[in-house]
Order: sequence, then structure tokens, then C-alpha cells
Amino acid sequence: MKSEFLLQIKDLKASIDNKSIIKGLSLEVKPGEIHAIMGPNGSGKSTLANVLTGRDLVTVTDGSVTFEGRNLLDMSPEERAREGIFLSFQYPIEIPGVSMVNFMKTAINEQRKHRGLEPLSASEFLSQMREKKELVEIDSALTNRSVNEGFSGGEKKKNEIFQMAMLEPRLALLDETDSGLDIDALRIVANGVNKIRSADTSVIVITHYQRLLDYIIPDFVHVMFDGRIVKSAGPELALELEKRGYDWIRKEADIAEESWITDRKL
Amino acid sequence: MDYRPEVISKLSAMFNAGHGTFLKDSPELFNRHREKAFNDFLRLGIPDRKNEAYKYTNLEKFLNYQYQDYFFPLPSDFREAERFHCEVEDLNVWNMVLLNGFFPHGEDGLVMLPGGIWVGSMKAAVRQFPSLVEKHYNRYVEDGTDGLIPLNTALASDGLFLYAPKNTVYTKPIQIVNLLHSDKDIFVQDRNLIIVEEGAQLSLLSCDHSISPRRFLTNTITEVYVGRNARFDIIRVQNQHDNSGKITHTFIHQERDSYASSNNISLHGGLVRNATWHYLGGENSETHSYGLFLADKDQHIANFVKVDHVAPNCNSTQLFKGVLDDNSSGAFNGRIMVHKDAQKTNAYQSNNNIILSDTARMDTKPQLEIYADDVKCSHGATVGQLDENALFYLRSRGIDVHEARLMLMFGFAHEVIKKISIEALRDRIDDLVQKRLRGELSRCASCAVQCN
Ligand SMILES: Nc1ncnc2c1ncn2[C@@H]1O[C@H](COP(=O)(O)OP(=O)(O)OP(=O)(O)O)[C@@H](O)[C@H]1O
Ligand SMILES: [Mg+2]
Repeated sequence: MKSEFLLQIKDLKASIDNKSIIKGLSLEVKPGEIHAIMGPNGSGKSTLANVLTGRDLVTVTDGSVTFEGRNLLDMSPEERAREGIFLSFQYPIEIPGVSMVNFMKTAINEQRKHRGLEPLSASEFLSQMREKKELVEIDSALTNRSVNEGFSGGEKKKNEIFQMAMLEPRLALLDETDSGLDIDALRIVANGVNKIRSADTSVIVITHYQRLLDYIIPDFVHVMFDGRIVKSAGPELALELEKRGYDWIRKEADIAEESWITDRKL
Repeated sequence: MDYRPEVISKLSAMFNAGHGTFLKDSPELFNRHREKAFNDFLRLGIPDRKNEAYKYTNLEKFLNYQYQDYFFPLPSDFREAERFHCEVEDLNVWNMVLLNGFFPHGEDGLVMLPGGIWVGSMKAAVRQFPSLVEKHYNRYVEDGTDGLIPLNTALASDGLFLYAPKNTVYTKPIQIVNLLHSDKDIFVQDRNLIIVEEGAQLSLLSCDHSISPRRFLTNTITEVYVGRNARFDIIRVQNQHDNSGKITHTFIHQERDSYASSNNISLHGGLVRNATWHYLGGENSETHSYGLFLADKDQHIANFVKVDHVAPNCNSTQLFKGVLDDNSSGAFNGRIMVHKDAQKTNAYQSNNNIILSDTARMDTKPQLEIYADDVKCSHGATVGQLDENALFYLRSRGIDVHEARLMLMFGFAHEVIKKISIEALRDRIDDLVQKRLRGELSRCASCAVQCN
């Protein structure tokens, strides 16, 4: 049964080492939508991204997550990726000895196999690499190295967007991809995201700053506090947060303890 | 119970009984050293785990065994051996097979390669270059406490001779295939001598294979002299079956302004122990000791390294890595000794290991002895699992968990492989290691014998 939602999270609860981190979170993302998630440090944004990508250090204790109507929580991390979920990591890891080229070739071909397609030929692959490299203005010197090895902070982030562009996901999760970027890199990253966005492709942008949202205009902005979404609104919410900080929401949330505002039409 | 007295008495009997054969069939130079060497062996004995350098390596399985006679090959054995082709062949190398430690053409077996480099058997070398061989033979060995070293001197009759006279350069690697092939269980003692004179350059690829389903034990000594401003590289690829024990002692003696590197790639073998001794005897020299091993089942792979900084202004590195699965075990014992005149020494050592099972075991022991005051030394050792974060990163891009593990293991191993300076060889060894990690190299691919 095809769902109208690409991603549907219902009353999700999750913990790490028996410590409850996500405490009842619901979110619905339709194809083509862009959602921004903001919220103070430690509120659980990266943990949510970990749940969605299948990181096993997080244990889901309650609730459900479906992707195109299918139970996402049953799938291995690699299956989720092949189904079209992509995470741009907050802290991309360095993997010495594994070349970027070999890594990307393997990833692309695993995904193609999953979709019943033949592996890309060497020349097709290289031309795809070239095209996407240009898109994110990433230097060949980087893609000839080992995965993220010795990359600067900003280069690592650009490399995440490069991989996203190569893999053409259905749902991209960007976990603070904007932090540590200079102004040009920010524009490049935003540009990369806007290129992949389409009627089918949805994006969840986790960020602390309004400035990325100047380039990637979200349909919805959600505020996460202590493992829950406590407020959802349109793009104007991000501007307001920038001006006023989180305190007023904290107060509002305390008063409206029972009525988490997750209504999409708000 | 200590098995060693009985083995030593058997070896004594063998030495005495075989004495006539040795003396008749061996170079006089070798014979001259035998008696003293055998007495040294009797004095030092077979190293056991009380010996610091063998603390984690138990030789019993391979030494406590009745090997059949000391072996002298027949011409027909060589014809058989020549049919063998090894995985790294069809590289652009000059290539030769040593059968059970002997050269195919015995006394005629010495040829000059373009550029003036000599390669062939020790037997022939002693005839052709008597004073040169005498000047270097048994000069660089350091017995220390290891009785197996004089045992080789007492029993060896042949081996590889490589000679690069002053300022000669041979750009292709020279490949020697050390083949073990016999219908008996044999204990092989080969003795190799490599002389790279002033300004000369040479690289050697040495591949170890065992092709018959017998029990083998090899105890090898390789002495290397690297003259002023000379360069020498040795790469060993060890791919023997699990019923083979391979013990190597390599002594690299360096003069000033010289460069040497050693890289031991151990893919398979029941017991492998490589001891590599680097002696930096002249200023401004550089030496590198690398090693990579992949062990599974009940294999044991040990690397012992000693770098002696005798002269000032020298650099040394040690980089050893191991991947261990099943019940395998490994050991690394790396020593850096900086003598009192060796000021401005730079010595670096690193040993990293990945353990894939609950029952595999790795022991690593760095040892630094520094008697000079102006030196830079560093060392580090790790034993751990595959990095979970890296594994997740690969999987999150759609890569199958099994494939992701292989990629990480390969990436880990590649750091040692990439030190190989000959590109074609590096690619080939990359390929062999990939196959090994995928379990596609349980035996030598071109060999008809199903050993495992
Ligand atoms: N591996 C872990 N082990 C233990 N606790 C963890 C682990 N990962 C996250 N946590 C805890 O879970 C909570 C939520 O962390 P999370 O990283 O999801 O926050 P975040 O909203 O992404 O914060 P930031 O804005 O700083 O990135 C924090 O209290 C954090 O300490
Ligand atoms: Mg975070």
C-alpha cells in the first residue's frame, strides 16, 4: 500500500544505554517537502538521524517509522540507504586506506544492484564522478584520497554533499552540514541540495542557524526539545528563533505540556 | 615436558651422520663454519618461551617432529619445480626458482644480468667470487640468544647469492620463488647472501610457497650488505600451507648514506616467524621495516625486529600490521637500540592489529633502549576491532556489511602495501591481499596440489 507520506514517524521513543533520548516524537514528511529541525544542543536531533539510518547503538523502545509505507525499523542500514535514505553526518569519519573512488563505486553499484540495474561501466562512473564533483566544486585531489582522510572540516561537509549528489537519495538528512562552512561553501552545499530536490525528493535539514535556510527554504520548521518536537511552523519560525532564542518556546512548551504542536496545518 | 633435549639429540645425530654429505657437497667456506656453529647451537639450544624474543611464539609443533633426512635435490626434482608458476609472475621481473633451499643449476648456477648484477647459487658464488663471499659470509649475523641462527650456519649448503657491484643498477625487481616440494617431510636450511656495493641499487621479491602436502620447516638466514650510498629493498610474500613452518632471520647491514627497506607480507602459513635486524653502521642512512600479516585458523605469525642505531643522523621506521581471525595468534616484538654515539637519531615504530574473533590473540611488545641524548623516538601499539563508526559510515551508503568489513580490513592492510615502491608489484600484492581477505587464496592458485 503506497502511503501519501515518504516518511512517517509515530510517537517514537528511543534510548541509548537505557537512557531515554527520544521521548515520543512524531513527524510526517511528504515527497518533495523540506523540513528543518532546530533545537538546543543535546535535544536529540542527531539521535533521531541515527534512528532513521539504523545505527544500532540507539534502541527504539516504542512507536513506528515507515518509509513509503514500509516498516523502516526492520531494515538494515544498507537496505535503508539502497531504498534512498541518505545521511550527511554531523561528524564525517576518516577511513584511511579506503579510496574515495572505490568507496563510491561500491556504493553506487550496490544501489544499482538493489534496483535491478547493471553496474556502471568505468567510463560512466568516471563521468558521473566528474559531473558531481563540479556540482559541489570539490577538488579531484580530494576524491583521489582515502575517504575524508586529512580533509578539512569544510571539505568533509562538501564531501558529504558530493556523496549525496552521487547517490541521488529520496530522503536526505543533513545533520548540521552547514556548521564549519565558509560563505562560499555554504552556498555550494545549499546549491547541491537544491539540485537534488525534486517533486520526489525530500530533505530534513538539522541546523542551528537561519543562514542555511536562506538558501534552502523549508516548508516546515520544527523545534526539538528534550527528545520531542515542541513546536512546528513555517519558515518564519527559524527567523524568530534567531532573534529570540529558545527560552520563549521552553516557557510555551511548559505551559502547553499536554498539547505538542505537531499539526502540519499550523 | 620439555621436548627440546630429544630434538637436539636427534639433530646432533643428523649432523654427525650427515657430516660426510655436507662436507662433500658443500662449499669449503660453509664447511669451515659448521663445527663451531653447531657447538653454538648446542650452547644456545632451541629458543623457548623463556627467551624474551620468543615469549609469545611456541616452536614446539614444528620443531618437535621427526623430519626425514637432510635433503639434497635430484635433477628431476627441479624439472618438477620449474612447472610451477606463482601468482605474482608475469610481472616485469627477472625470475628464478629455489627448490627446498637449493638452486637448480648448483655450481654453474650464476648468471650476470644486464647492468652487471650477478644472481645465482651460493655454491657457485663461492667458486667465482671466493674472497668477496668470504669477506661477507657470516659477518652480519647476530646470534643473540637464538640457537636457530647457528643451526642454519651448521646445516646450510646452498641458497641465493645476489651481487650488485659498485654503481650497478638493476631497475626490475629480481624475483626468487622459494618452493617447498617433496614427497618427504623436510627441514630446510637455506643461506642467502646479498651484496649491494657502493652506489648500487637492487630490489628483491622473495615468494615462499609450499606445494606438496607434507610437513615443512624452513630456517632461513639472509645476510645483506648495503654499501655507501647504495639502495636495497626486499619484499617477501609468504604463502605457504598450514603444515609449513617458516622461520627467517634477515640481517641488513648498512654503510653511510644508504637506504634499505624490508617488507614481509605473510598471507598464509602454519607458523611464520620473521626476524629482521637492521644495523645502521654509517651516518645519514635510512632503514624501514614493514610487515603485514593475515592469520586465521590456528596459524601463528610473529615479527621480531631490531633496529640498531650505531651511527648518528640516521632515520628508521617500523610499521607492522596484523589481522587475526579464528584461533590464530600473532606477536610483534620491535626493538630500537640507540647506541651512545648515534646522536640525531629519528626512530619510529608502530604496530596495529585487528582482531576479528573472540579467540584470536595478539601480543605486542615494543622495546626502546636509548643511550644517546639527542634523539627522537616514538612508538605505539594498538590491538582492537574494526572501527564501528567507519563500518556504519560505509553501510549508511548502501554497502553490504560483509563487503564493508572487507573494505575496512583491506584499507587497514593497504597502509603497509602502499610502502612498496614498485607500482606494478604494489598493485599485484593489493590484489593478492584482497583475495586472501575474501578467502579466495587458501592455496596457491596455479598449484595442482590441494593442500588445505
Ligand atoms: N553514544 C552515546 N552514548 C551516550 N549518550 C549519547 C550518545 N549519543 C548521544 N547521547 C546523548 O543523547 C542526547 C542527545 O544527543 P544528540 O547528539 O542527539 O543531540 P543533538 O540534538 O544532535 O545535539 P547537537 O546540537 O549538539 O548536535 C545527549 O544527551 C547525548 O549526550
Ligand atoms: Mg547533533
